[in-house]
Amino acid sequence: MGIGLPHYLTVAAILFTLGTLGIFLNRKNVIVILMSVELILLAVNINFVAFSAFLGNITGQIFALFVLTVAAAEAAIGLAILVVFYRNRGSIAVEDINTMKG
Amino acid sequence: MIFTLSALGPALPELLLAVSAVILILFGAIAGPKSTDTVNGLALAAIFAALVLVILGPSEATLFNGSFQLDAYARFLKVLALLAAGSTLAMSVDWLKVEKQARFEFAILVILSTLGMMMLISAGDLIALYMGLELMSLALYVVAANNRDSVRSTEAGLKYFVLGALSSGMLLYGASLIYGFTGSVNFLHIAAAAQEPTLGLIFGIVFIFAGLCFKVSAVPFHMWTPDVYEGAPTPVTTFFAGAPKVAAMAVFVRVAIEALPHVVHQWQQIVVFVSIASMLLGSFAAIGQRNIKRLMAYSSIGHMGYALVGLAAGTEQGVRGVLVYMTIYVAMTLGTFACILSMRRKEGMVENYDDLAGLARTSPVKAFLLAALMFSLAGIPPLAGFLAKYYVFLAAIQAGLYTLAVIGVLSSVVGAFYYLRIVKVMYFDEPAEAFEPMPTELRAVLGIAGLFTLLFFVYPAPLLAAAGAAARALF
Repeated sequence: MGIGLPHYLTVAAILFTLGTLGIFLNRKNVIVILMSVELILLAVNINFVAFSAFLGNITGQIFALFVLTVAAAEAAIGLAILVVFYRNRGSIAVEDINTMKG
Repeated sequence: MIFTLSALGPALPELLLAVSAVILILFGAIAGPKSTDTVNGLALAAIFAALVLVILGPSEATLFNGSFQLDAYARFLKVLALLAAGSTLAMSVDWLKVEKQARFEFAILVILSTLGMMMLISAGDLIALYMGLELMSLALYVVAANNRDSVRSTEAGLKYFVLGALSSGMLLYGASLIYGFTGSVNFLHIAAAAQEPTLGLIFGIVFIFAGLCFKVSAVPFHMWTPDVYEGAPTPVTTFFAGAPKVAAMAVFVRVAIEALPHVVHQWQQIVVFVSIASMLLGSFAAIGQRNIKRLMAYSSIGHMGYALVGLAAGTEQGVRGVLVYMTIYVAMTLGTFACILSMRRKEGMVENYDDLAGLARTSPVKAFLLAALMFSLAGIPPLAGFLAKYYVFLAAIQAGLYTLAVIGVLSSVVGAFYYLRIVKVMYFDEPAEAFEPMPTELRAVLGIAGLFTLLFFVYPAPLLAAAGAAARALF
């Protein structure tokens, strides 16, 4: 049995679910959330490239390149915000992000 | 095809904003912190110039193989987004200086974010949509943490970033499924391919709508809104409440109507649910709030619910209703935030609605205009807010969505409670200490917004005609 489109889509769906769960279930560290976000974006890229190969259409691969670029910018901004937050709060534990409630 | 520079003409406002952002950041970096005033002035001039270019520029064009669409719809919303962004920037300058948060980067981030909004409004395919959305959001994450020495501001930035990144991920996953099951990223090609609702396509629609709901802060993806509104510096909150909502709603409507016209019954259910949930949450959750910025956050969630009623109708009239609603919403919100930005005593800013006590005696004109805005937000005739609701509910009834319209009217009755409570506090409570005098820009914005909401019913024809023409461009 060869590896076809459904296999790639399944892997991507599993990675996407893991990334989403990583954001919601993680109670420790904001860095883990950033890693989960990367996982989601990479799952999407697998989807795009798999569809692109399946459809014989280059657009999906171009989209994947754009996603990679934006993911880098997003990680940079996320880490920058995390650093200023750490300077003020002295912690990056998820449970310490709680000044505002209601 | 030989590419000529003049072919870029329709994108001139965007190019102007992009170039001015680059020049201003170089200028600011070389001239140092003392250049803040100059950068602010030039940034304001750039936004104004972009506004003039949008108004005078071509009315219809397609660029970059359909990625960039300029039509009456895009022009209407670009004018609205630029007006909202420009007046927010004008209102922010003085506030940030007094609070010692003035940095030249603020104006540049506002320009970059506005550029993202304009790309988003003109997006003709999923790639342009994603790039515009990210350009807008990345600048907004940074702006939310603008006061980098405050725990609350940086926490607002962090929360917004984490949830925003999650929502972009969901939107992208939806985009990948739609691309896979229709074979194209272009909205018009998607529309041609998506004749039948297949399972993959429906999954794609759900994910993409989840991402867009997050950006317009509709329930159940609203959880960032109250915290970010409260934590971010007030001018930033003003910015969040205006222009980005317009751009996100614009692209929401465009994706639904232009890319998915043959699967209306599938996405209509989602929009109806989201709209009902937003209207109800916006009305009930705001009741217990004392912080006026948090209250405005719930209010904006509710208003997005009302605007989505128009989209749920899925008709040309519904889209016209959304456009009229967003215009009036922006005017009311900017006016209200002009008041919130002026809630300053000698010891500093105050943010609770109790602090407005007796405003009618200490500054009667301001209290009168704020009361008019509150009545309008509550939707009391004949003010602008009532007409805005009237047009979306009318469209919903004509599309046969009776339940949606009835729930909308009922929740706006509940919502009236907390708006009227502010009027009561201003007019019938013992006066608190008076606020410092309002700067001219805030007076101007409050005056224009107040008069607009008061007098809109006298002559609504021009706005209705413009919104009608804009809505026609999508069908």
